[in-house]
Amino acid sequence: MASPPGSTDTATRPAPPEQIKAVPVRHPGRWVATAIIAVLAAMFVHMLVTNPVFQWDFMLDNMFTPAVLRGARTTLIMTILAMVLGVLLGIVLAVMRLSPNPIVSGSAWTYIWFFRAIPRIVLLFFIANLGALYASYDLGIPFDQQLMDFFGFEADWRFLSLNGNQIFAGFTAGLLGLALSEGAYMAEIVRAGIQSVDPGQAEAASALGLSRGKTMRRIVLPQAMRVIIPPTGNETIAMLKDTSLLIAVPVTTELNFQLRAIGSRTFQIIPMAVASILWYLALTSLLMIGQYFLEKRFSRGVGTRETRAQRAARRARGVGGST
Amino acid sequence: MSEAVPSPFPLSTTPMVRAEAVCKSFGHVDVLKGIDLEVAAGEVVCVIGPSGSGKSTFLRCINHLEKINAGRLWVDGRLVGYRERGGKLHELRDRDVAAQRRDIGMVFQRFNLFPHMTALENVVEAPTQVKGVRKDAARARGVELLERVGLAERVHSYPNQLSGGQQQRVAIARALAMEPKLMLFDEPTSALDPELVGEVLDVMRGLAESGMTMIVVTHEMGFAREVGDTLVFMDDGVIVESGDPRRVLSDPQHARTQAFLSKVL
Repeated sequence: MASPPGSTDTATRPAPPEQIKAVPVRHPGRWVATAIIAVLAAMFVHMLVTNPVFQWDFMLDNMFTPAVLRGARTTLIMTILAMVLGVLLGIVLAVMRLSPNPIVSGSAWTYIWFFRAIPRIVLLFFIANLGALYASYDLGIPFDQQLMDFFGFEADWRFLSLNGNQIFAGFTAGLLGLALSEGAYMAEIVRAGIQSVDPGQAEAASALGLSRGKTMRRIVLPQAMRVIIPPTGNETIAMLKDTSLLIAVPVTTELNFQLRAIGSRTFQIIPMAVASILWYLALTSLLMIGQYFLEKRFSRGVGTRETRAQRAARRARGVGGST
Repeated sequence: MSEAVPSPFPLSTTPMVRAEAVCKSFGHVDVLKGIDLEVAAGEVVCVIGPSGSGKSTFLRCINHLEKINAGRLWVDGRLVGYRERGGKLHELRDRDVAAQRRDIGMVFQRFNLFPHMTALENVVEAPTQVKGVRKDAARARGVELLERVGLAERVHSYPNQLSGGQQQRVAIARALAMEPKLMLFDEPTSALDPELVGEVLDVMRGLAESGMTMIVVTHEMGFAREVGDTLVFMDDGVIVESGDPRRVLSDPQHARTQAFLSKVL
């Protein structure tokens, strides 16, 4: 913005006109609204302070017990793991959904349709009880028993055998349910992101000889991230809150379960419910900070901002006074 | 081909591009209706014609961004997009198509730079990712190429910090980084402000002088006259007229060429 010295010298210009001093428009409505809000806020604080049921001391004494802190850690770990798995699954599903092969895109569509239709708490409850469906979950060649019977052999054709009651319980069951469900939502978010990228980008990449996979990974997805990140932040926050649904499994080490357990045990329901609210507020705020930095990272090359390093370099060279 | 008669040309006579009756339709719309063209190595061919005449589509067929429906197209003696075996055409796999495209540089009307990468990163991307060139070697070569197109100062700028002309020059450097045998230009100056056209044409002129084989779809008649070896006029999916640019521009033989040139000159 630096102007060349001398060219706009005040001495050569006529005296500047008098500054405008006008009476601003009054907004009485705003004052009324402010007064109403102030009264409501005072009533709210009055309630918090005077109602003995809140038991603030009790709450503060009990919301940081080792079990609760472990619960907060479990909740955060569960959120992160479920989101990581959900995002990876979502990317795979989104790419499948955009495949020209109708069987591939159709199966992705079916998956998304199924898992978006089921409430998470129902899904979690169902997965937690899969142990009742089969005692053991095996991975192998389909119809192996029938084939072996046909040839008259006494054998099976299975590689991996897991105890149903072990895998579909506690943390694993909860993680599985949340991640499977999240994958379906993320697939749609990622698809929207991929489709938001100008098709000319993929064209330029393939004209340079980049393979399909590299075009997707290095050119399309990084640009799609700008569209994908903000809703993914919302999904992460929603996921943090949905970990409280793990009570349907149940996952007993999780935050909400622990706080409720204290409430039930001591009959101090309200203080521990308030403690839950405060804990989720704090954890969500933490995630919002992370989201801010991620969005900044992936908006490179958008808008006309220079990076700090570039600006410094330009200033040092003394070129381009303004941008 | 018999070897009895010695070739009048001492150099390789394989044309860089050979098109035989190339046809392309989108649904029921026939965009190309039998294009025959030969482009020799080192030749600069400018393609002009009204919009919708199929010039951009033809260009995109040459590096197989569009599949042709009939005819044959060779680049440097190799069939584009197909392999002929036992009298039958087999589609090439994605990997082989990508390999063919390495040797063909393309510059787009809308630049299509990668906005999340700096100018240098744009130039370095394909050599490192496709050819496996070492990063420092690719960067050194990238800086060289950006200097060649006059952008030594803007190596670390993102595309949106560059003017249209600068972006298009980065796009040219990006295509050159793959050391192509053939460069395709799809209306490279049509999206530019008038005062920025010259800088891009200067770079293209330099490239032509260095002996690059170029096919340029353009509306810049001055460039076609001064730099082009051959001018091709296309209309309604066919080549109406072609020849020495000065001759075609000053003395068009065909009525459709005359009508078009009277509007643009």
